[in-house]
Amino acid sequence: MTATPDADTPALETRALEVEFRTRSGDVARAVDGVNLAVHRGEILALVGESGCGKTTLARTILGLQRPAAGAVYVGGEKLSYRARDLKAYRRRAQLILQDPSGALNPRHTVYEAVAEGLRVHGLHEGEEAKVADALSRAGLRPPERFYLRYPHELSGGQRQRVVIAGALVLDPEIIVADEPVSSLDASVRGEILALLLRLRDELGLTLLVVTHDLGLAWNIADRVAVMYLGRIIEIGPTEEILAAPQHPYTQALLSVVPEVARLEPIVLTGETPDPTRIPAGCRFHTRCPALVDGTAGAAGVDERCRTVELPIIAVDAPEAGHTAACHLVEANAHR
Amino acid sequence: MTLLEFDDVSITYQSRQGLVPAVRNVSLSLPLGKTLGIAGESGCGKTTLADSVLRLLPKSAQVTGHIRLDGEDVMAMSFGQLRAARWAKAAVVFQGAMHALNPVQRIETQLAEPILLHEDVGGQAARMRVGELLEQVGLPASRAGDYPHQLSGGQKQRVMIAMALACRPSLLIADEPTTALDVMVQAQVLDLLASLVRQLGLGVVLISHDLSVLAGACDRVAVMYAGRIVEEGAATDVFARPLHPYAKALAGAFPRIGDQAFRYAPAGLPGDPPFPGDLPPGCPLHPRCPIAVDTCSTVEPLLTRHGDREAACHRAGEVLV
Repeated sequence: MTATPDADTPALETRALEVEFRTRSGDVARAVDGVNLAVHRGEILALVGESGCGKTTLARTILGLQRPAAGAVYVGGEKLSYRARDLKAYRRRAQLILQDPSGALNPRHTVYEAVAEGLRVHGLHEGEEAKVADALSRAGLRPPERFYLRYPHELSGGQRQRVVIAGALVLDPEIIVADEPVSSLDASVRGEILALLLRLRDELGLTLLVVTHDLGLAWNIADRVAVMYLGRIIEIGPTEEILAAPQHPYTQALLSVVPEVARLEPIVLTGETPDPTRIPAGCRFHTRCPALVDGTAGAAGVDERCRTVELPIIAVDAPEAGHTAACHLVEANAHR
Repeated sequence: MTLLEFDDVSITYQSRQGLVPAVRNVSLSLPLGKTLGIAGESGCGKTTLADSVLRLLPKSAQVTGHIRLDGEDVMAMSFGQLRAARWAKAAVVFQGAMHALNPVQRIETQLAEPILLHEDVGGQAARMRVGELLEQVGLPASRAGDYPHQLSGGQKQRVMIAMALACRPSLLIADEPTTALDVMVQAQVLDLLASLVRQLGLGVVLISHDLSVLAGACDRVAVMYAGRIVEEGAATDVFARPLHPYAKALAGAFPRIGDQAFRYAPAGLPGDPPFPGDLPPGCPLHPRCPIAVDTCSTVEPLLTRHGDREAACHRAGEVLV
């Protein structure tokens, strides 16, 4: 695979992506159920949703760690190939940062070994030390030599996450997928790590997909936000619009219960996200939708549609497309 | 009436590296029917403080000062008195306890255990009580026969809260009850705690690293750093107008969505929290503090009163003005 020089081609794209898992009882759980998503070069996109919404599965599929049942992943305009050699090459270009740095680091490897491992896997032996030193200082561990021989248990949580980030940077990737990168860190350290991610985008032009349930994180660093519910993106748009004027009742509810948003009346949804083996008919959110319960959908005359008519998958997903929500009520209000 | 009182409590662990002061000179009190928040990050001593209420600390911990539960000094209780106080006077929902449910026992068996141990009742009455408890925490009584794996994270946390309520305590201590839960489930659990305070008149101690959670859920909040309380006051005041730079950092760590000041500007403190056994001289925050002056590196500030609030910062008075 070669990178296309065309600047308009998204760094990452998924088209009608579907990922399925078979449960032990033989049911099919569709964890990702039709997702069109494009992340542009140098863009930070936050993929938000609750546990079980499929956000981590989507991220894993984007990295080629999981094969889709249908649809495909495109990297720099080219379809991701699952041949072992192509995947290995892809994994130099796209790196993953996980939630828990303590689990991601081998406790018996020094910081130097942890960071150099990626280089060794890819047979890049030349200038190894210089590359490791560079990655460590970019990740904010300075002077790097002081950290070479340290073991993970000698580091604080924030420093460990910086080592993980250095391990990702050492291969000079274009794309970083970060799954809850700060949720296991102390509150006062969290801001520093987020500032580091922002700086990496600004200095290296990295493309970042951040998977999180934390809307505050999105407000802190993301250019755009995609909200996922039960395997689908139900609302996407620029961060300012999604978080300041959410359209979809699910996004509205999600935002209203964030403790930092005191100005909103909390809409606490009952129950939890349904099981992906039994996706509700009609709008997949209708079983928990506050707009159906309080009669807003009924007044707009769409309640029947909510229960029976499935919503189309959000088609165009590009920054130019602006703010889109998959909701019968939003649609009805727009036509009025 | 004062339900729980910490009176100049210090807790020191004896470790191989020497003495580790985990909690230093903490004084706090909680009346019935109120919620007290304790905020701070790992290693600040908040869990040690919580565990001291029922003397659940390891043997290596030395406690000085007085901890009074319903006016009785916990440290002076005989083992029998202490055993009677556990569950019946105060109960703890430990951090991550929902992962400690026994996976091969039904929920009802696990919920009935403290009831059978602490109250003189038979199996039939205990089962009735289990049903009541589940309904009290918003789960149908029919879930009693479930195994833990059949419950979601939020439901397991409800079971843990039900278990804590089993022997009708007047004090509930919840250590990071919403950490690892989604925002929506977190809101559900916080709502539940608030309704229990209203209905049962419980006193609740809520421990969290997330000051914004405490601001919404508590009457008063104490912010801890390196074993000490650095700010104490009405929860909404401390969150909205913190006096201490550390409280300010905690309040800013979770940005106010919609506030342009936080857009593309994540706020944090440089460096890491200190190891309790090796505190810097002077104010323990001074190496990380954005407003530190010379005095800060030599003299540790004490809590001083600022209106309805207390803060331990040499510059708290200036910040207020």
